[in-house]
Amino acid sequence: MHAYANPLRFLKLSEALLPWLLGLGLLLTGIGLGIGLFASPADYLQGNSVRIMYVHVPAAWLASSGYLGMALAALAARVWKHPLAELAVRAIAPVGAMFAAICLVTGSIWGRPTWGTWWVWDGRLTSMLVLFLLYLGVIALARAYEDEARGLKAAGLLAIVGTVNLPIIKFSVEWWNTLHQKASIRLSGSSIHADMLQPLLISALGFTLLFAAIVVMRMRTLIAEQRRTARLRRRVAVAA
Amino acid sequence: MLALVRRDLALIAGRPGEWLLPVLFFLLVAISFPFALGPDAGLLAQVAPGIAWVAALLASLLPVSTLYAGDAADGTLDQLAVRRIAGETLAVARMVAMWIAFALPLLIALPVAAIMLALPMDRLPLLALGLALGTFGLAALAGMAAAFTLGARGGGGLVALVIVPLALPLLIFGSRPDEPGALRLLAASALLLVAISPFATAQALKAARS
Repeated sequence: MHAYANPLRFLKLSEALLPWLLGLGLLLTGIGLGIGLFASPADYLQGNSVRIMYVHVPAAWLASSGYLGMALAALAARVWKHPLAELAVRAIAPVGAMFAAICLVTGSIWGRPTWGTWWVWDGRLTSMLVLFLLYLGVIALARAYEDEARGLKAAGLLAIVGTVNLPIIKFSVEWWNTLHQKASIRLSGSSIHADMLQPLLISALGFTLLFAAIVVMRMRTLIAEQRRTARLRRRVAVAA
Repeated sequence: MLALVRRDLALIAGRPGEWLLPVLFFLLVAISFPFALGPDAGLLAQVAPGIAWVAALLASLLPVSTLYAGDAADGTLDQLAVRRIAGETLAVARMVAMWIAFALPLLIALPVAAIMLALPMDRLPLLALGLALGTFGLAALAGMAAAFTLGARGGGGLVALVIVPLALPLLIFGSRPDEPGALRLLAASALLLVAISPFATAQALKAARS
């Protein structure tokens, strides 16, 4: 892992990798959504509105695993002092937050015809809302300092603490949600038929590759920003 | 560590505003709700424990900005580091001191809030016990957030954004003390926060010093 700690090596590697990530991601997402939105069967209960699932479910998976990835990067930064890992926290956070927001909005849109309201305090939607807030905290904390390194450290610590608390939060939300005997309509069907599972998996894989591509692009941008700032500082020091 | 707790309490005792204002804020929030929801005692009695908990949570955000700022400004943090006193020790001491300065006045003010919110008196002991336990979790979160945001821009909003999502389990379990198992789950959530907080706080204080 430390072989890639050198920013220049990462830049070279990512330059080669990025077109593939982006291209394959767009292709697979296009195929998955194409099949899912047009060619797959409608749900016997929900009709065509179930097609939002092909966007909503991958977004949920990516938001959750993105947070985990961010926390692992923060852990790597603190334990092994991996310099790029610290940047990865800032790279992943807004992308994960965006996917969480997509999940919430598509969930809300899905809920309107299914449950009749725009928002329901369903256990899973609520957990996703809390995850979105945790993302916002990490983003805000990273940007709250003049000294960028300080902000990254604080944001990384918050990500780690948030991950440890996440199971407790999810459990408490489920507990809270089952207190009032809500109607047990679940967001996904009982068992997913192959005709629906295939486009879902293709779409999920496509979105994952897109997630990776965007994170890699952000990493490259953040590294470029760091190098530009360092160059400016050197110039000021030389001129002074 | 006892010396640190004593020092904190002595400092707070010299500045009564520091422990009076959060309690006043708690009462202010609590009595805002009847104005907003209407004076119907039936409705208020139903939502009273929840209101008390939200008010406690919001009141615990107030001391956060000053928890470590003074020590950072006058060099006490560096002094403690030089003397090899672990950041974790300081964090636990500050958590204990904050619990004494925040939770005890809160528990004294709780019956007043309960009366204002039409809470039946027989439900008060469980609510009080829940708050006594849960405020350990709130103090843990406050200390952690204080260390994370030491010297940051963003003020109270940033602190709220850091604390509130992590405090939701406390809120969920604490505001329903009559539910079976709720108090134990509340104690468990608070214990987890108390266990994690000193380590996270110490790491953040170390980052702040460099």
